[in-house]
Amino acid sequence: MKRVDTRRLALAAAAPLLAILVALALTTIILLASGDPVAAVWAQLFKVPLPRQIVAISNEAIVLYLSAVAVAIGFKMNLFNIGVDGQYRIASFAAAVFAGAHFLPGWLNIIVSILIAMATGALWAFIAGVLKVTRGVSEVISTIMLNYIATYLVAFLLQKAAVKVEGSNATSTAVLHDDSKVPNIDVSGLLGTPRQVYGLLVLAIIIGVAYWFVVNRTRFGFDLRATGASETAAVASGVRVKKMVATSMVLSGAAAGLVGMPLLFCQDYAYGDTVQSGLGFAGLAVALLGRNHPVGMAFAAVLWGYLDQLSNGLQIGAGVSDKLVLIIQGIIVLSVVVAYELVRRASLRIDQKRVGSAEVKSVNKVEAVAA
Amino acid sequence: MPSVPGPTCRHTAPPRTPQCCRPRRQSLPSGSPDEELTIPSGTETQAHPAPSDAGTPLAVELQGITKRFAGVVANKDIDLLVRHGTIHAIVGENGAGKSTLMKTLYGVQQPDEGTISINGQKVVMKSPTEAIKLGIGMVFQHFMLADNLTVLENVVLGAEKMYGIGDAARAKVRAISDEYGLDIEPDDLVEDLGVGARQRVEILKVLYRGAKILILDEPTAVLVPQEVTELFDNLRGLKAEGLTVIFISHKLDEVLSVADDITVIRRGTTVAAVDPKTVNARQLAELMVGSALPSPQTEESTVTDKVLLTLDGITLSGGPGRRNVLDDVDLVVHAGEVVGIAGVEGNGQAEVVEVIMGMREPTSGTVTLQGTDITEWSVRQIREAGVGYIPEDRHRHGLLLESPLWENRILGHQTQAPNVKGALIDIAGARADTERIVKEFDVRTPSIDVTAGSLSGGNQQKLIVGREMSHAPMVLVAAHPTRGVDVGAQASIWDLIKDARRGGLGVLLISADLEELVGLSDTIWVILRGRLSGPFDPDVVTREELGSAMTGAAGSAGDKPTAHSEAGEVESR
Repeated sequence: MKRVDTRRLALAAAAPLLAILVALALTTIILLASGDPVAAVWAQLFKVPLPRQIVAISNEAIVLYLSAVAVAIGFKMNLFNIGVDGQYRIASFAAAVFAGAHFLPGWLNIIVSILIAMATGALWAFIAGVLKVTRGVSEVISTIMLNYIATYLVAFLLQKAAVKVEGSNATSTAVLHDDSKVPNIDVSGLLGTPRQVYGLLVLAIIIGVAYWFVVNRTRFGFDLRATGASETAAVASGVRVKKMVATSMVLSGAAAGLVGMPLLFCQDYAYGDTVQSGLGFAGLAVALLGRNHPVGMAFAAVLWGYLDQLSNGLQIGAGVSDKLVLIIQGIIVLSVVVAYELVRRASLRIDQKRVGSAEVKSVNKVEAVAA
Repeated sequence: MPSVPGPTCRHTAPPRTPQCCRPRRQSLPSGSPDEELTIPSGTETQAHPAPSDAGTPLAVELQGITKRFAGVVANKDIDLLVRHGTIHAIVGENGAGKSTLMKTLYGVQQPDEGTISINGQKVVMKSPTEAIKLGIGMVFQHFMLADNLTVLENVVLGAEKMYGIGDAARAKVRAISDEYGLDIEPDDLVEDLGVGARQRVEILKVLYRGAKILILDEPTAVLVPQEVTELFDNLRGLKAEGLTVIFISHKLDEVLSVADDITVIRRGTTVAAVDPKTVNARQLAELMVGSALPSPQTEESTVTDKVLLTLDGITLSGGPGRRNVLDDVDLVVHAGEVVGIAGVEGNGQAEVVEVIMGMREPTSGTVTLQGTDITEWSVRQIREAGVGYIPEDRHRHGLLLESPLWENRILGHQTQAPNVKGALIDIAGARADTERIVKEFDVRTPSIDVTAGSLSGGNQQKLIVGREMSHAPMVLVAAHPTRGVDVGAQASIWDLIKDARRGGLGVLLISADLEELVGLSDTIWVILRGRLSGPFDPDVVTREELGSAMTGAAGSAGDKPTAHSEAGEVESR
């Protein structure tokens, strides 16, 4: 029995690897077709990252991981929260305005600001939740629309809240005082680079553990998974699905609110019009590749960060646009969906075979007894 | 002791048309794949003289068909000989391999070994399309019709090239309907048709595509007795026109009444080919199960006067301008009583269950559990209060198919020990209790970590019954508790219900299986268009009386209950 389970585990690991291989193969074909130097491209992308790149990969992974968890909370219930993008931006903005005002001293300012970000993200997602529960509006549509609203709402409000900085055209909220910055982690002893890893790595780890614990160990998490696995069975088991939809949208939004926090407290120290966008969509991809698993998503986030960072050298090293990486990432997501479905069927077959042979065995036993 | 499967209790075979009087030999059970089945020629004495058997090749001949799935043998050395122009029944328990065999016959899957011959020609069918070309048509148990389209549209769907989609097709549909007496109007909307008519549309669809050999999968499962009779008349009509019908069932009375030949399947292999005239239902059941069946036992009534569950004037509106889905339903379940509800599916049974379980709010009326009004309660509160629930559709409502067994043991009891401690899931507790259920309720599984979906229907159902019984329910709402489970599991589920009833459990049993209802219930009600009629006394009521009440035929059958039997009155049985 142990042996079969190991095989199933191997199958589960095989899926993302297979997807990555397929993506590499297809990308090679694309490169060949467009007459680009295949070898040079792969040499560039498969370089061992430099120390500063390793730090950049980790930092990107931290942010992507938070985004992926936000998406995964929805995925567990078959909810597609496409709105993580809007949720984190409006939440970051709210937190940046509050933190920049320095009503509270030091750490208290940081913690309350983070809570405000969570509350804002939750509220923004709750709109989609309410629309779905009361009016049956698909959360896919409403969150996409809310993304647009968030984009322009934030741009509009940023004009009002912006602090003019001498000699710069950038609009941005007030910059944090030093006591409201989260100290970063010095890795110069380890990697020999002055670059630092976001201190809010801690936040990502806490969120990852909390996500695992709530989903797998609590009654609420069971209801959540049951609803995702079969809404009809969940209803019959006493789950109030509408309440669950609203709750999980709120939780997803709250997690989404955290996405911008490492940027705010560890890097930019303000929210401006240059803030990174698209993290919500990258989170969708990472959650898919990591299969909503707390550890799987961490690997996926690192892979995403790795590809992004090493693509920077593509233009110079191989004369190919760094956009190539987006193609690779896209193909990985597509093929991983297919690969997971194949694995799902394979493990179903393994189960059926086990059940089948157990039934045969028990039948044989009965016959032996009868004889 | 497992009780006897339904059909053996009452034998009501309609007169068989005498047509084939020939000696037949029953082959010995299994083991010898090469064993020859002698098919002596018969004399067909019909308006449409079928060619004599001697010179005609067999319509279908399967030899040594074996099909394996990832190590499991689903079919093993299947031999099947179907004579031209006959109704050939294939009987076997659920899980015996009938559906695998059917899929092989219809080209859905290819056998690993063995040969298939159609009309004497060896064939290899790679897809249903090829099967259709060879004149094989299949009528599935679950109708595949689009409700919002007309009969004609449904029939031509996917076969547009044959006669177009206009008047030519309409004429063809009418012609087929007239020729075989199917009584189908091409321009009727399918959603307006009853179950029997829908089935005839399915048959017509197959005939339209030129089928000469029809396979029907459990065609009577969804029909009431009167409709079964009509269906069988239709089948005899098809036979009279020279078509061959292969008909899969496990309802033995029906098989005996309509089939010319019977092949019995057990554990994936053909164990006997028998002549319906030389066997009775009991012998056939024993061939199916492979062992002698125990005799039915008479049961003492355990009905008490302690009221557990009351439905009082439950009405459920069907929306503006439509009739009520439930109309003033009154029902009482006492401790130790099994109250059965019979009816054609879709007459409000599902809604009664949903109202009791709190999944739907009635428009008016109250549900009371032991004196407490629970009408407004949530599903979870109701389940916690001691109402066990065996849902009608275990795949949709009873299980998480892709979750392991131990998680399924938690389902529905997420707030109760041993599944949880406070707000946390008690994994160790749930797993240990799942092991106990697996052992106690004989769920055949190699481990509690396999997914629920990989178990057979009977084992899934035993898991559900075990789960519900583990929380010592006061009332059990059991909707079709033995649907789609094998005879062994059926018997043990019946025994569990009887045992629990003896222990003071009140059971509301919804079933389409009249034998099950009559055999288990202390009181039977019939539901028709959301209204209850009855009560009927299961000891005296006949199938025909129930059938009439179910279809609303014979005027007001429900107004003249066959016996006194006030609901809940103590009856001696």
